[in-house]
Amino acid sequence: MSSTTSAAPRTFFGKDAIAFIVLAALILVVFPVALDIFRLNLVGKYLTYAFVAVGLVLCWGFGGILSLGQGIFFGLGGYCMAMFLKLEASSPENTAIQSTPGIPDFMDWNQVTELPWWWVPFNSFPLALIAILLVPTAFAYVIGAAMFKRRVGGVYFAIITQAVAAILTILIVGQQGYTGGINGMTDLRTLLGWDIRTDSAKLILYFVNAVLLLGVILIALFVKSSKFGRLLIAMRDKEDRVRFSGYDVANFKIFVFCLAAAFSAIGGAMFALQVGFMSPSFVGIVPSIEMVIFCAVGGRLSIFGAVYGALLVNYAKTTFSESFPELWLFAMGGLFIAVVMAFPNGLAGIWKSHVEPLLPRLMKRLRPPAIVSAPTKAPAE
Amino acid sequence: MTFDTETAPKDFLLAVEGLTVSFDGFKAVNDLSFYVDENEIRVIIGPNGAGKTTVLDLICGRTRATSGSIRFRGKELTTMKEHQIVHAGVGRKFQNPSIYEDLTVFENLELSFPRGKTVWGSLAFRRDREVIDRVEEIAEMIFLKDHLDTEAAILSHGQKQWLEIGMLLIQKPDLLMLDEPVAGMSVAERVKTAELLNTIIKQHSVIVIEHDMKFVEDIAHRVTVLHQGKVLSEGSMDHVQHDPKVVEVYLGH
Repeated sequence: MSSTTSAAPRTFFGKDAIAFIVLAALILVVFPVALDIFRLNLVGKYLTYAFVAVGLVLCWGFGGILSLGQGIFFGLGGYCMAMFLKLEASSPENTAIQSTPGIPDFMDWNQVTELPWWWVPFNSFPLALIAILLVPTAFAYVIGAAMFKRRVGGVYFAIITQAVAAILTILIVGQQGYTGGINGMTDLRTLLGWDIRTDSAKLILYFVNAVLLLGVILIALFVKSSKFGRLLIAMRDKEDRVRFSGYDVANFKIFVFCLAAAFSAIGGAMFALQVGFMSPSFVGIVPSIEMVIFCAVGGRLSIFGAVYGALLVNYAKTTFSESFPELWLFAMGGLFIAVVMAFPNGLAGIWKSHVEPLLPRLMKRLRPPAIVSAPTKAPAE
Repeated sequence: MTFDTETAPKDFLLAVEGLTVSFDGFKAVNDLSFYVDENEIRVIIGPNGAGKTTVLDLICGRTRATSGSIRFRGKELTTMKEHQIVHAGVGRKFQNPSIYEDLTVFENLELSFPRGKTVWGSLAFRRDREVIDRVEEIAEMIFLKDHLDTEAAILSHGQKQWLEIGMLLIQKPDLLMLDEPVAGMSVAERVKTAELLNTIIKQHSVIVIEHDMKFVEDIAHRVTVLHQGKVLSEGSMDHVQHDPKVVEVYLGH
């Protein structure tokens, strides 16, 4: 805040507005113009992780609650979407060769002969949309309430979220007949009759994803600029003081954890739509830790930094694992260590400490005539 | 509000009765009873380990009592949660300055302002004239008017202590509990703090833990001397200073 009046609240106009416009221009204009549809689809996939990273900035960066299980919510959101798409792809005509037509193929392979009751609501698109938001958020509420009301925090909370992620993966893999098992739900084709595998559909989905992400960023910016945002920082700093200032700390933690879960779920659902399948490999411990790394590399205190972190790390992952598939995990681990040791505030921190101070000088250099001409004219008059 | 008509002695602001807390068998506070009147300044003194801070922890809900009762204006505090006790009107300052280092002085005070204390309330909270005026008024009192935009981390130790006192004042508590408010301060800061506390105590009931006898003599209405979790002596400063038991265990000959 450069203004000297303390009365001026931290709003999301100003610096954040510029960052928002730059990001919007990048993902709405620059990428679609510069990239072919295959690459654009990849960027769209990367951006679904940005939803998770933005949630982590609020939850971990501001609130100090490290969740190593965001894959749970990304996965639940993705599976809710995938279940709807899978049911649509499993119409009796499409599945006529099965012993039980009209149910998803993996059920048929596993001798399931009837659609389980909890699959039934996913026949309806509105109900599926509600489930995408509600199921992960409700699950986050249960975990959050169980932990935060008992004042479990810090490392213990991180470990428990990780354990839940592991359990969920095992559950999905184990219940093959109901979930598609290790292969996940594949062969997703249409959304309300609209073929999502075509190039034009991919382009449209990219834009839907981009607009949703920008919406989520706006929500995150609002939360950050509200008193809630400052309370998150206060809780990270001195939880007891917040409690003895009359706040029920657990409720605030539950809320931010649920919000991060809801963001992740939207990302997961858009992932399933754009990639065309969903599998347990996006739910467990490794993807959950990767999500934390996206956020850490971008800068855990910067909403925009987290988006760039998700883009860059995923880009690096694609490029790197194309040439050295076995080495990627080591590179990722190395990257995380490097971030924590060398630049704990990530790319956003580097930007803030090294690039931003240069900007005014740069601006001056860009406008030299105005500055030079003024004093030279003065004596002539 | 059924308590009001029951057993609660209405004249007392705070009634602590038979309070006991035991940590693995060690009774840090043992069958303690004392009463604080409205607008009273009570100072608690006693040697290290007497249980002074534990008593404050028990009143504000940080530590749960093993047995006994703490009634504040007739409300039983021992079963309430910390934030409910705050809303009932009890404010607590910790021994080490406990402030939000990453926030500015203004934001520190604003978070303690008694409005928007729920999740939705904090999202809808607006920094209006009322808040700004109140923050500035308090900042003036705690000598930090010129530091409103300063990050709290870079304040001096004394300024941090004042800030935390300010955070309490803005809550408008009926009972203020201060744990060694002048500890670790320079002489100049001590003088200013005494001045600040003298203004505060005109408008609040206060419980203070303090070792500085000069300071205690200046402000105390009544003094409670704790020893091994029990009241050793209670009364005016003059009374406790001449109590042979107190001289024996605390003040020295």
